[in-house]
Amino acid sequence: MKGKAPEESLLALNQQEEVVDLLKDYPLSASEDEEDNDGERKHQKLLETIGRLDGKNRQRLAERSEASLQVSEFSVSTEGTGEKLELAELLAPIKPSSSLGTVKKRLKKVKNKKTVELPLSKEENERIHREAAYNKTSQDMDKWDPVVLKNRRAAQLVFPLEQEQVLDAPIEEVLGAWKARTPLEQEIFNLLHKNKQPLTDPLLTPVEKASLKAMSLEEAKQRRAELQKARALQSYYEAKARRQKKIKSKKFHKVLKKRKAKEVLKQFEKLQKVNPTAALEELEKMEKARMEERMSLKHQNSGKWAKSKAIMAKYDLEARKAMQEQLTKNKELTQKLQVPSDSEHDEDAEEDSTLIPDIVNEVQMSIDGPNPWMQKNRGINTQASHIQKKPVAGEESEPEEEEKAGAEEDALLQEVEERRSLWKGSEVNQGSQKQGLRTKAPKRTEEDKEVLAELRTLSKHINKKAKKVRQVGKQHVSPAPAAPKEPSVQREEQSLLDERPERVQTMEDIESLGMEEVSQEQKQLRPGAERRRQRRQQHNHPEQRSPPKVKQEPMIDLHTIITVKTHKANSSLSFPTIVDEEDCDEEVTQKQIIKEAFAGDDVIADFQKEKCEADKASKPKDIDLSLPGWGQWGGPGLVISARKRRRFLIKAPKATPRKDKCLPNVVISEKRNIQAAAHQVNVLPFPFTHQYQFEETIKTPVGTTWNTQRAFQKLTAPRVVTKPGHIIEPIKEKDVESSSSHLGPPTLQRKAQQHAHHRRRRLKKAP
Amino acid sequence: MKVKMLSRNPDHYVRETKLDLQRVPRNYDPALHPFEVPREYTRALNAVKLERVFAKPFLTSLDGHRDGVNCMAKHPKSLSTVLSGACDGEVRIWNLTKRECIRTLQAHEGFVRGMCAHFCGTSFFTVGDDKTVKQWKMDGPEYGEEEEPLHTILGKTVYTGIDHHWKKDIFATCGQQVDIWDEQRTSPICSMTWGLDSISSVKFNPIETNILGSCASDRNIVLYDMRQATPLKKVILDMRTNTLCWNPMEAFIFTAANEDYNLYTFDMRSLDEPVKVHVDHVSAVLDVDYSPTGKEFVSASFDKSIRIFPIDRIHSREVYHTKRMQHVISVKWTSDSKYILCGSDEMNIRLWKANASEKLGVLTSREKAALNYNQKLKEKFKYHPQISRIARHRHLPKTIYSQIKEQRIMKEARQRKEMNRIKHSKPGSIPFVPEKKKHIVAVVK
Repeated sequence: MKGKAPEESLLALNQQEEVVDLLKDYPLSASEDEEDNDGERKHQKLLETIGRLDGKNRQRLAERSEASLQVSEFSVSTEGTGEKLELAELLAPIKPSSSLGTVKKRLKKVKNKKTVELPLSKEENERIHREAAYNKTSQDMDKWDPVVLKNRRAAQLVFPLEQEQVLDAPIEEVLGAWKARTPLEQEIFNLLHKNKQPLTDPLLTPVEKASLKAMSLEEAKQRRAELQKARALQSYYEAKARRQKKIKSKKFHKVLKKRKAKEVLKQFEKLQKVNPTAALEELEKMEKARMEERMSLKHQNSGKWAKSKAIMAKYDLEARKAMQEQLTKNKELTQKLQVPSDSEHDEDAEEDSTLIPDIVNEVQMSIDGPNPWMQKNRGINTQASHIQKKPVAGEESEPEEEEKAGAEEDALLQEVEERRSLWKGSEVNQGSQKQGLRTKAPKRTEEDKEVLAELRTLSKHINKKAKKVRQVGKQHVSPAPAAPKEPSVQREEQSLLDERPERVQTMEDIESLGMEEVSQEQKQLRPGAERRRQRRQQHNHPEQRSPPKVKQEPMIDLHTIITVKTHKANSSLSFPTIVDEEDCDEEVTQKQIIKEAFAGDDVIADFQKEKCEADKASKPKDIDLSLPGWGQWGGPGLVISARKRRRFLIKAPKATPRKDKCLPNVVISEKRNIQAAAHQVNVLPFPFTHQYQFEETIKTPVGTTWNTQRAFQKLTAPRVVTKPGHIIEPIKEKDVESSSSHLGPPTLQRKAQQHAHHRRRRLKKAP
Repeated sequence: MKVKMLSRNPDHYVRETKLDLQRVPRNYDPALHPFEVPREYTRALNAVKLERVFAKPFLTSLDGHRDGVNCMAKHPKSLSTVLSGACDGEVRIWNLTKRECIRTLQAHEGFVRGMCAHFCGTSFFTVGDDKTVKQWKMDGPEYGEEEEPLHTILGKTVYTGIDHHWKKDIFATCGQQVDIWDEQRTSPICSMTWGLDSISSVKFNPIETNILGSCASDRNIVLYDMRQATPLKKVILDMRTNTLCWNPMEAFIFTAANEDYNLYTFDMRSLDEPVKVHVDHVSAVLDVDYSPTGKEFVSASFDKSIRIFPIDRIHSREVYHTKRMQHVISVKWTSDSKYILCGSDEMNIRLWKANASEKLGVLTSREKAALNYNQKLKEKFKYHPQISRIARHRHLPKTIYSQIKEQRIMKEARQRKEMNRIKHSKPGSIPFVPEKKKHIVAVVK
């Protein structure tokens, strides 16, 4: 009902409008004389009311079935009284016009409209608002679920959550807020302003600012990887060069040189064909090298070595040979040759290397004693020094540079690239390299000179002595340097052949290679040192030569022991060695001693006896309930019959096996210890479902006694860490964003949403 | 005779620099270090004993107020500054490091009902019984200046509580309705009501800063949303809730301090049942404050004690009391989570350590490691009877002790009665109501 009422009213309104329209369009003339009509209307009304008194009859009278003249203009026929009057019908009889079409449409619309609900009461309205708002906010809150869960589960939380970052605000910004107040300050500022000093302008250029910012993580990683690779490559090349350089065989070097020379020649010829200009340049370089050689007095018997040799040459065949060799070399070099040869150079270096390290190492050996670890280190050091002094052919830079890491990393990268190309190209441009070497030659010779100066006195001494001894020990002196040659040659060949089938690719491989080399080097060094010692002893006691050999033994022996030991440690297959036997012997003797010391008291037997007693005591005993004299005559000499005893004997159940059954030297008491029980947990605590779980947590020790420092720190890390004096702010929106970004793709997020209400349930249970 | 020489790699025993620690080689073979459990147990026992020995939480008492301390506020930027308002309308600002009052001002006539600091720490607000809201500068007046509030708002009714928004220049007061004010205006931006009653406290959510919670004297807790300017939901408890506090790390969790001796931790998304009911107090709980780590909260009670509860525990882990401390009206946990402040009826503010046996000051790394180890051991052996016994032991004043006993007897009696009723009636006719739900009267949407 209520719903209909407004519609009706609306309808009525519309009808009124229509009527007004009608009146405007078709004004009725009859309406002009209203006063006359009034009377008639009253009369008509009266008639109607009278007619109604009878009921239907009167209405029928009003019905007009035939045409008649006496028809009041007001008594319109009441045809279809029962039906509702429709507006459209009202309009219909009048001739259709376009303006009415719109009216009709509007009418239809009005009809189609449904009833409008009554506005809700204020309370209900508010309730709905509240509910909607509550739902919205609680959904909003769901975004905190992952954060809260994460924090609750976190093994360690460090507060304040976001660590303070050191702000590097430029001074201008800091000063921006500051104002000059005192007259002095104002004066100063005025002056500054007059001079147009940059007060607030940024002093830093954008480039500088960019440089202040650190490079991105990925970049840094990439760079680091590159550097690592470069370093590995470099060390590999260094190791290879070192290895080759260490080879003492002259034959090998000769072969190598020849090969190189051949290759160079080939390359040169190729170059001639392909690029004649470049070949010409090469030629020029060679020429220049030759000229330099000519200018310098190298290989011209003017050096110290050459002079000493010259003195020796009269008597010594070898010295003479060396002299001649040098002369020929000089000739070779000074001749105008097409093919350059760097033989003399390397050989020189070779000689130096054979001369210097021996003595240097000898001194160090005497300092450190026979500690192999120290020797190894020393060896590495000397190696390094070698490299520093004489860069191997193919290396252009000095390793000193490389040691300044960081700033020169780029240089390093470049170098490695260069070197790699060099190795690959098998020293195509050796001439240029040689030149490079030449330029560094003076420096090197200086360094060499220092060492040589030290040696000078020694060599003089040797020479003097040698002169004296010459007649007596001519044979002995001469074989001394020759003797180590042969084994060294052998070793070289071995090392040459010992090239591995597997490629050296990783850092570890290279390191292991380095180790091998070091050990090799040590082996090589030792004979040299021995030689020195021999010589010295020869100076002191020219006649005695056997004792030093005897003295060498313990050192070598020591080495074997150590190596054997390490070998044993490394491999499970340990060979029966002398040392082991010795140990066994020692153990046996130790036992013997103990036996002797405790000869009087037999502890072991005592212990076994004790254990046996404990075992017996712990066993359950049979209970004999037989009563003597029961059911038989009593008196002295009473004997219980076996039958009766058997009948009244209650057999004890079989004892459970003792815990110490399999432990021969232990007695474990299985009695319940009341004092200990007070400290024991007698009920399984709540979160654990089984005894083993609980025991497991107790079993694992935490302290430093059982754990390494790092493990200890990890195990004892506190759950919540706070810094004293730092304000802990409430968690921020940022944390949510970061965690949601961790979730990643939207599918995941959707899943998370799906699980949101599950989570909420869990959360409700959790805290 | 052969002489075997020891030779060691110096890398294993030589320090690289003088500042490095000396390397002590150690064999961790478990066979060499037997009895790990008994040894660790002994250590744990010692640790827990030491903890009790060193448990001296009381640091200092700040006296100077001439009436009970009714409310306190933390300085948002300075750890050493604390504000307190007394029942005689006096506000004092304290320096904790010096343990002295640095400023005193007569803020109101009658009680200082509530106070809060502006989030940037430049000013603070007080409300009092004289129907005013006053804003004060945090720094004292300069020489020659008079002690005057920056702004004063005169209201129509008494304001009983105030709290400041955590990020904006907006604050909320409560009294007959919850009003939200802009600092620049003298009339509230909006006021939210739900029924007619006096609201005793209002608190902003520190994380979702647009959400407020209030508790009124007709036993209800109402949540509001500032954005929609409507109340959200109302939960009616057995008895009146005095205050509530939001968890600063978990946006939807808040804890309400109730007159029925309990505290209720709610998840605001499901108010029909509290997440936890924290029992232990033996009188009305008057104030509650969360640790800034969100892992624990402290409650002040009319029973002259304060208790520290872990959020996931029913029972408290610590109870603090002193002979002279009367009904504790307000309590605050400092923002570095190290100390607790409580203001009580007998005009004193007391400073406590949040961790009773914690050593103050700078610790060396070895001390830290030892403390961590001890803590871990205590945790590991906490189920062992001796250790748990020692760790649990607390001294209580006789009144509280006897009251606890009495409460226990009462509770048992109630339980027994309930069980009997269930037992002697038609099965299913008396439903079993879990403890959590017992205290919730209704949730109104």
